[in-house]
Amino acid sequence: MKKVQFDSRLTPYILLLPQLAIVAIFFLWPAAEAVRSSFYLEDPFGFGSTFVGLDNFKDVFADSNYGRVVRFTGVFTFCVTFFSLAIALVLAVKADKVIHGSSAYKTLLMWVYAVAPPVAGLIGIFLFDQHVGPIVKMFKALGWDMRIGVNYNDTGFAMVVVAVWKQIPVNFIFLLSGLQGISKSVQEAAAIDCPSGFRRFWTVTFPLLAPTGFFLLIINITYALFDTFGVIDVLLKTQPGDDPITLVYKVYQDGFRGNDLGGSSAQSVILMVVVFVLTVIQFRLIERRVHYN
Amino acid sequence: MAYRKTVASVVAAAALLGTSTASFAATDITWWHAMGGALGEVVNKISADYNSSQDACNLTPVYKGGYEDTLTAGIASFRAGEQPNILQVFDAGSATIIGAKGAVVPVQDLLTENGVNFNIEDYISGVRYFYADKDGKMIGMPFNSSSPIMYVNEDALKKAGVEAPKTWEEFEAIAPKLKEAGYIPLAQSHTPWIFVENFMSRHNLQFATNHNGYDGAEGTELVFGPEIKAHFSSLKKWIDDGYYAYYGAGWNDNQAPFNDGKVAFWLGSSGSFGGVAKTVQFPFSATFLPYWKSVIDEGTNTFIGGAALFAMSGKPAEENKCVASFFQYLTSPEVQYMWHRETGYVPITNAAYELAKKDGHYERTPAAEVGIKQLTLPGGEWTKGYRMGFYVQIRDVMNRELGKVFAGEESSEDAFATIKSEGDKLLERFAKTTAQ
Repeated sequence: MKKVQFDSRLTPYILLLPQLAIVAIFFLWPAAEAVRSSFYLEDPFGFGSTFVGLDNFKDVFADSNYGRVVRFTGVFTFCVTFFSLAIALVLAVKADKVIHGSSAYKTLLMWVYAVAPPVAGLIGIFLFDQHVGPIVKMFKALGWDMRIGVNYNDTGFAMVVVAVWKQIPVNFIFLLSGLQGISKSVQEAAAIDCPSGFRRFWTVTFPLLAPTGFFLLIINITYALFDTFGVIDVLLKTQPGDDPITLVYKVYQDGFRGNDLGGSSAQSVILMVVVFVLTVIQFRLIERRVHYN
Repeated sequence: MAYRKTVASVVAAAALLGTSTASFAATDITWWHAMGGALGEVVNKISADYNSSQDACNLTPVYKGGYEDTLTAGIASFRAGEQPNILQVFDAGSATIIGAKGAVVPVQDLLTENGVNFNIEDYISGVRYFYADKDGKMIGMPFNSSSPIMYVNEDALKKAGVEAPKTWEEFEAIAPKLKEAGYIPLAQSHTPWIFVENFMSRHNLQFATNHNGYDGAEGTELVFGPEIKAHFSSLKKWIDDGYYAYYGAGWNDNQAPFNDGKVAFWLGSSGSFGGVAKTVQFPFSATFLPYWKSVIDEGTNTFIGGAALFAMSGKPAEENKCVASFFQYLTSPEVQYMWHRETGYVPITNAAYELAKKDGHYERTPAAEVGIKQLTLPGGEWTKGYRMGFYVQIRDVMNRELGKVFAGEESSEDAFATIKSEGDKLLERFAKTTAQ
């Protein structure tokens, strides 16, 4: 292979500069600012601020409700990631086998991707409205007196359903293209060796899908932690009451609604650490088991 | 650079000349508000009328979203030095903006400095001191002011053969009949505002130390006596008996069953009047918020809810002059009466109230007068208002814990213990933010 060398040693850095500038301005600087203000209690208008050391963090952990929010975030993230990946995988495997009218099926499965999260939340509100929602009526007929906005678990259930529904198409697109990337020769060879389609899927197809799956796992966890904000905010109608909320929503609630900049910054620093640890674990432990070609 | 600036100003001047010569010399002022939908249209009308009433100032109203969004936008703009002249801030956010010394020009100073006659006695009593400092100086100009009142489905009363209750004891007595007649007797739309804050004002009970927080943020703590705990125990019992239904913390979820004719009494805002009148298919009336006879002989006046207009500091004198002139226009009886008639919010001055009476507004629509009558009831030591920082979060805690009481997950006693400990913690933190 021919070795390509830049004329000047500076050129690669100059080419990298725009990207680095974006990272610095939109990520590093705000993150540093969040870390700084997590040690202060600040008047929202910027007139006075008191250095309080680790008090903001102590207050967060002493708050009885914070543990509840952490637990819900964990359950929510697991459910959303698991169900949106599992359902998308089933759909992708089935769609991969369709020969006639396959593009129609695919389009129908993908269109939800184009729905913005707040709009998905709005559709969720219509479906789950406690007075007129068709889903609520359906479950009522089955004997489940669903009370969205009043009952903690019912509201959590609605959030998971809407968040999963919104995420399935993304996973579907990636998994389908992953499936189509598996070479026919491998599949045919496997078909000769093993007659059971089910076993073939788990021993051949699934491991070959692993790089796509790993990528999607990270994307989905990030989605459930952060990007579901719009869905949650709309479903709660900005009044959380006794309903479940996620960590990101609490950051927003305390910082932007409550103007408690110090407390909210402390929470976002905690969240940053959590995401950092999660990402390291994912890359250290899981990626080792993934085979890229 | 200088050349570009010149070109830009020539272009701008040419553009201005093209639009209107009258507004050329006018001083521009901006007003950020949180009034969406029909209310926003009335705000736009008031601004347009003000602009055509004089030549010196040109007011531009800008809708910034909900109350919280508007306050947050105002704060961010202030920190960037781009604040509007007038910012609308809601009741729960008033401690934040008043606590930030130097963020606003007190409206009383603004008016007197600019030669506008100001007498706090001109304002109706329930409104007068809510946005004032501890010495009684008005800081924010009360704008959309409302109070929680009880809306009554007249059909339900007729079917059950009962009358609208004045007290909660009376309500308890008639609730079984309403239930038998096929109605949910009671619903309400804002637990912290109606059942906590205004429970305190209606019964003249202390809400917080430091004179309900007016004396300063330092050392302010919530006060919950046995009366309010007993009230929530009763509410929980009423839920179990089917006399009260709770539909969550959202306003509309609780109003919808009343609008649909399923609920006999709904506690909402006096400002809801216009919306209810347009929606419901049955005859309705409105009356005062009930009180417990066992706690107080005659219920006292309630706090106002809604929002006030604050004149932001750091603006040139001629712009402040315009803000003063707009406030003078806004508080004139005619404009107040128009606002009252169109929206259902109360008129904030005695003169405007008199004008509405003289015009026969209350003979045509008696329910429109309930809010202002309730605000002008005889008051007591604790009915002036309250001033607490991080109050939006304290309300969130109330909604959460009291929601648990309604769901049967927690006793009223435990809920108020949690609200007090978390609320006091927030108040303590707020006191630190304002310390220099």
